Amino acid sequence: MVTSEVRTQVRTFVTNNFYLADPDAFDDATSFLRDGIIDSTGVLELVTFVEDRFGITVPDDDLVPTNFDSIDALVAFVERKRG
Amino acid sequence: MTRATFLLHDYLTDSASRLPDKVALVCDGERLTYGELEARSNALALALVERGVTRGDRVVVFADNTVETAISFWAVLKANAVVSIVNPQTKLDKLVYLLEDCRARVLISDAHLARVVAEAARKTTHLAAIIMSGRLDDHANERLAGLRVTAWAEAIAGNHAPPRRTCIDLDLASIIYTSGSTGEPKGVMLTHRNMLAACASIGEYLRIAQDEVILGVLPLAFDYGLYQMIMAFAHGARLVLERSFAFPAEVLKVIAAERVTGFPGVPTIFAMLAGMVSSLRDYDLSAIRYVTNTAAALPVKHITMLRELFPQARIYSMYGLTECKRCTYLPPEDVDRKPESVGIAIPNTELWLVDDDDNRLGPNQVGQLVIRGATVMKGYWEKPELTARKLRPGSVPGEHVLYTGDLCRLDDEGYLYFVGRMDDIIKSRGEKVAPKEVEAAIVSIAGVREAAVIGVPDELLGEAVKAFVVLEAGAHLDPQAIMRECRARLESFMVPKYVEIVGELAKGMTGKIQKQGLT
Repeated sequence: MVTSEVRTQVRTFVTNNFYLADPDAFDDATSFLRDGIIDSTGVLELVTFVEDRFGITVPDDDLVPTNFDSIDALVAFVERKRG
Repeated sequence: MTRATFLLHDYLTDSASRLPDKVALVCDGERLTYGELEARSNALALALVERGVTRGDRVVVFADNTVETAISFWAVLKANAVVSIVNPQTKLDKLVYLLEDCRARVLISDAHLARVVAEAARKTTHLAAIIMSGRLDDHANERLAGLRVTAWAEAIAGNHAPPRRTCIDLDLASIIYTSGSTGEPKGVMLTHRNMLAACASIGEYLRIAQDEVILGVLPLAFDYGLYQMIMAFAHGARLVLERSFAFPAEVLKVIAAERVTGFPGVPTIFAMLAGMVSSLRDYDLSAIRYVTNTAAALPVKHITMLRELFPQARIYSMYGLTECKRCTYLPPEDVDRKPESVGIAIPNTELWLVDDDDNRLGPNQVGQLVIRGATVMKGYWEKPELTARKLRPGSVPGEHVLYTGDLCRLDDEGYLYFVGRMDDIIKSRGEKVAPKEVEAAIVSIAGVREAAVIGVPDELLGEAVKAFVVLEAGAHLDPQAIMRECRARLESFMVPKYVEIVGELAKGMTGKIQKQGLT
């Protein structure tokens, strides 16, 4: 799977599963937490999604905003994990 | 000398005059002293007055746990007005309802909520002004065009002397909205005296000290979260305010770095901690002196986990409802002996149980909990009938006691055990979810004929929201689509975790959906 496919799948998951108050202002760098797109259970849904879809495991220490707080962050994290 | 008129915001003012240079608030990389909080809240109070806020007016703060929300709370009180902090996840229709219900004069919010703020403001009739924090970019400004908007920086730039005080302690300080079984949010009216009484009581049994560093990870829109700030500032302590517990490792890092001493949580937070016990050892949590839980009973295994994790800390299991702030706490020394109890009445509060005919019950009988104390609300805002059901005359002429609607039992030593609710309110993630509110949202989706919503046990959430949905003939909706629609209509804690499409729902003689068989 190439990076652009990962990006598409992550984006589709986020737009289908979370409520975007202002879709026009939502881009791949938008902070999920700051903009209220996800909350604590939303983060757990994201973890389940990347584990199931991309076959990676997310240890507690990886559950940080640097990896999970935007589409850009998630894509980079998935790429790194898949080596 | 004690002052005759002591108001809630005197907690901040007094701490600021005693400890002007002490860091009072740590939030999002900022460190604000008591002096700075006092000055900024004074300036904002003046800005509110200049925008038409007069004594007793309502001001809604629609925002996350931020420095601006914290300052706004105190500023509204200083403007002699009534503050209502509203969950930033609240969707348009409900926000409009809340603004209309309390006839808010000013709305304080943040740039990232500009879209919903702008739409809501255009649909309300009483709003005189809006104050917006955050970066107002072209996008946000376009949405807000034509509305009377002041940027945060301008609102706090003015004079640092507070407006003249006109309230007495019997005046309303806050309206806290809560879900009710009717599905329509109810505004719990609390006076300065109510809130001061709650702070004094809770501060005493938690033994809050001036050197406390209290974690504020629960929403300020939730009374349990709000009181962390009030208690911290009342005691000249420090509040470490976090947006949420979404990234537990980040919060744990902050707890260690700031040497947090007080950790208030809800069962969902402790369940998340229980899921990461092995990596918890990497964080220095040794400064923690007390851990508190409320909103729903903590499973015994989580109490055990907390005892192991924080061996030096006092563990408090507590219980209450917004209508009286808090009912009971379990003294930490009893937690091993009676882990399933929610304890005894908080200081300066009395409780008893009654049967359906209002007869007082003895030990080991299940009945409705009644609360008598200075923390009991003045009623639900402009809902006299609902108020009359909850507040009934007490033994002293003129007083009212609170009929909680919660079923409890007392043991032989007078310790309280929560049994269940008399209505069908679901407690998920520590928040109250009214099935009627969720059902109304689902039925408003095109293609849905009817819906029934129940709570099902859930390891992480306490209870999870589950919806049974009957579709219109020919409609093609899958559970995902229904959840997505719900997310656009409801705060996320109300969105069903499970949706089951069914052919029909069982009805009683009157045509009312029967939920007994649903699981």
